[in-house]
Amino acid sequence: MNDMTTLTKPRVETVLKDWETDQEVRWCPGCGDYAILKAVQRTLPMLGADPKNTVFVSGIGCSSRFPYYVESYGFHTIHGRAPAVATGVKLANPELDVWIVTGDGDGLSIGGNHTMHILRRNLDCQILLFNNEIYGLTKGQYSPTSRAGTRSPSSPAGSVDHPAKPAAFALGSGARFIARAYDVAKQLSDVLIAAYNHKGAAFVEIFQNCIVYNKDVFADFTEKKNADDGQLWVENGKPMLFGKGTKGIALDREALALKVVDVTDGDWQAAGVIIHDVTNRSVAHMLVEMPFGSFPMALGVLYDDPASSFEEAVVEQNARLAAGKTPDLQKLVSQGQTWIVSAGPATDAAEAGSAGSGPEL
Amino acid sequence: MASAASQSTAPLASDETVPEAVVVRFAGDSGDGMQLTGGQFTLSTALAGNDLATFPDFPAEIRAPQGTLFGVSAFQINFGSSDITTAGDAPDILIAMNPAALKTNVTDLKAGGLIIADSGEFNDRNLAKAKYESNPLQDGSLARWQLLSFDISALTLESVKPFGLGNKEALRCKNMWTLGLALWLFDRSREPIVDWLKAKFAKAPELADANIAALNAGHAYGETAELAVPVKQLHLPPAPAPEGLYRTVTGAEAISLGLVAGAQLAGLPMFFGGYPITPASAILHHLSRLKEFGVTTFQAEDEIAAIASAIGASYAGSLGVTSSSGPGIALKGEAMGLAIMTELPLIIVNSQRGGPSTGLPTKTEQSDLYQAVYGRNGDAPMPVLAARSPADAFDVAIEAVRIAIEYMTPVMLLTDGYIANAAEPWHVPDMSTYAPFKAKFLETIPEGGLKPFARNEKLARPWIKPGTPDLMHRIGGIEKEVNTGHINYEPANHQAMTELRRDKVLGVARGIRQGVEIGEETGKLAVVGWGSTFGPIHQAVRRARRKGHDVAHIHIRHIWPLPENLGDLLKGYDQILVPEMNTGQLKTVLRDQYLVDARPLNKISGQPFRIAEIEAAIEGMLA
Ligand SMILES: Cc1ncc(C[n+]2csc(CCOP(=O)(O)OP(=O)(O)O)c2C)c(N)n1
Ligand code: SF4
Ligand SMILES: [Mg+2]
Repeated sequence: MNDMTTLTKPRVETVLKDWETDQEVRWCPGCGDYAILKAVQRTLPMLGADPKNTVFVSGIGCSSRFPYYVESYGFHTIHGRAPAVATGVKLANPELDVWIVTGDGDGLSIGGNHTMHILRRNLDCQILLFNNEIYGLTKGQYSPTSRAGTRSPSSPAGSVDHPAKPAAFALGSGARFIARAYDVAKQLSDVLIAAYNHKGAAFVEIFQNCIVYNKDVFADFTEKKNADDGQLWVENGKPMLFGKGTKGIALDREALALKVVDVTDGDWQAAGVIIHDVTNRSVAHMLVEMPFGSFPMALGVLYDDPASSFEEAVVEQNARLAAGKTPDLQKLVSQGQTWIVSAGPATDAAEAGSAGSGPEL
Repeated sequence: MASAASQSTAPLASDETVPEAVVVRFAGDSGDGMQLTGGQFTLSTALAGNDLATFPDFPAEIRAPQGTLFGVSAFQINFGSSDITTAGDAPDILIAMNPAALKTNVTDLKAGGLIIADSGEFNDRNLAKAKYESNPLQDGSLARWQLLSFDISALTLESVKPFGLGNKEALRCKNMWTLGLALWLFDRSREPIVDWLKAKFAKAPELADANIAALNAGHAYGETAELAVPVKQLHLPPAPAPEGLYRTVTGAEAISLGLVAGAQLAGLPMFFGGYPITPASAILHHLSRLKEFGVTTFQAEDEIAAIASAIGASYAGSLGVTSSSGPGIALKGEAMGLAIMTELPLIIVNSQRGGPSTGLPTKTEQSDLYQAVYGRNGDAPMPVLAARSPADAFDVAIEAVRIAIEYMTPVMLLTDGYIANAAEPWHVPDMSTYAPFKAKFLETIPEGGLKPFARNEKLARPWIKPGTPDLMHRIGGIEKEVNTGHINYEPANHQAMTELRRDKVLGVARGIRQGVEIGEETGKLAVVGWGSTFGPIHQAVRRARRKGHDVAHIHIRHIWPLPENLGDLLKGYDQILVPEMNTGQLKTVLRDQYLVDARPLNKISGQPFRIAEIEAAIEGMLA
């Protein structure tokens, strides 16, 4: 949509290896986090990103160990607060590329409040939420995105909570960019590029396989055999087709809802299949709410409609308020209701012509 | 209109000589504009050259039901020709705008003191709301005091008649009528108030005119009316003060100015993250108007986000500052640990209020000392400073910034509701006398390679901001390896890092010497205080010394680490008394650190100490 950012920032030529640190990666072998890390390290050179101007900020969780493995600046903060720390980083230096890495527990449970507010304010950053539908680091308790009935150490008889839908939460919070992908998807890189190129808060939900505590919960659409019918990769300006082009998403005008239609001989127009418009917020709402099972999982850039970003507005307002004023400390402390004590009686400093007129001492 | 007068032994009776200091309390309904009246009276007092101290005391409710006892708002000012350090123990004059204001305040009034009451408000309804069974203005129950009561409401309505205001708006001018009378009483010029009214109501000149008319009418009333009590005008000569430019300043203003000055002296932009809470909000309000000093203010979604964003800003090379009051400081605890662990500079201002929980949000207390010194998980040392008065808060804020930057550490600055709101005259400092302490960033790879947790002679690590070429590195809350900063869980390393963090903070005490405010460096009794108890301790010790007692006043600014000589100093006294507005927190720290027999004097009523309370304790100990 809006690739001004990449155009205005000087491109720096790097290769994948430049983004690897000397730290031993400590995720469980086979964890989906490895694939996401590689995808990010592969994508950063494509973006022309500059390691010295790149900051990864994370909370706490397996996912939040991410910054230690990327050769850039990185801040592993406290549980749930990465968006708030990132807001301070970006306001202090708007030139930095800020990436937030969070988990379903970190970003939607303890840090749900901050996730909501960073999206509403629209801070220019990329938010990668690794959704494994479990608390990985604390050894497998159910999380706010766990499906009802999830058996875990803290829910031996199955959880009874209604799960949160990260993308719907983000959209409801005012996000202007929503995308979805999964750890080993080859399209993840394209999604990251789109997120980076979006000026404002870009929310990316990445389904991640926690092979230890929640193995294969996304297999219904990520497994090769389920991919065709289970995945709907949306693309701006293209019809919403899946199942190798044999099925599509159309609007049920009566129910004001989406429906799956069959497409014969590639004639999607006849079937009434919708053309994806990334700026259409109503369609975005329907896509993020689309129930998996009777529908495929909507993946790719679901919504991308930039608006002015928070740090831009802050910088602009600060500059406007400061314009024409000189930061004179002596004058500042001399303001207010002043008077002068001299050998004679006190006089109103305003009358004596000195109020706010600079050093008198 | 007239009222019963009592025998006049008051300091204000016509046959008395001029007192050295006078305490006046304005009390009314929260809608009566008492804080504004007090503020303007304060300005007039300052212009008259008197020294002064004020105590605004208002209810927690924004618009408490009219006429109720809990809706009373009061403003006390103590002013005079000598050094004033407290808002005064007991008022000499009480101005009561309604029965509730009289009821909640009159018992504080000195015997023989003067009550000025608006009899127009003493109707059945208001008397019932104040739970008076009969009208105190008429039933003789106020015989211990002098009473002047007249229908201020009616007199105000009369004076503003020409301006065609509605009844409600016209009655709003009551406070200016009352102020006019008070100005007459102390022989003050009306001019600055008239100028202020004109500026305040520049957009509504009829309101300016009406208020000025009410002010003039109140003044004229004093001058011409045959007052029932023979009250004469009082002119208190100016207090001796060094020559120069003065202004009034509240603690909240002084802290804001001090933080800005500190950031400027450090050559840093300031980032302030805050979330509204009484009585800390005023700092957020002040700083949000100072953008030309490179200040960015951020109203966060909660206190945790406020401190977390400030930590992010410090990480990126700004001076991160956050501010709150007890409940919010509690929420920031975990993030303070992060700032300690990542060794980033940060200022946390705690405007203490009565606790625990929501407690007494608009009342003052010093009960967060433990929280400041000890209140975090893990061995999490952090320097703590305390301001003693509104004007002192300026220098303390600068000191906090200096320590934060020189030692790469978060610093907590303790103030309280009293200091935050109270105003006092401030000899405007000459900024050229403050030595800069420029912050330095590491910008190139040092010899031997990049070590983000290598240390200088102060044990401070280098400050490296993102955006710097070649110095990319990762920091976080997990224990770090000595020097390299890599994740490290080894037992010996954690021991070493914990000790380094402790020693770094203890090192702040180097060169910090505790002096004695009044008295000798050894003796029978030291009264040791911190924070806003300065005023009453100071006066109490002064009075006791005048009576010949061997007593000294020590007031601690550096709460943690304590000044390097404090232990030796305290051991030079036979006895130690620690007055605090808590249940004995500094007392416990002193006992723990120095094994001295510090005795507590505690007041937890949400009100500052009276001088007499401390004086009595001193005499008790020396008896
Ligand atoms: C204040 C606080 N509470 C609790 C924890 C313990 N804790 C660490 S990670 C975590 C949950 C992480 O889940 P998620 O964000 O989904 O990350 P994942 O490990 O699944 O990647 C919890 C509860 C903590 N570190 N801090
Ligand atoms: S516990 Fe799960 S999420 Fe965490 S590292 Fe292991 S596989 Fe990955
Ligand atoms: Mg998780």
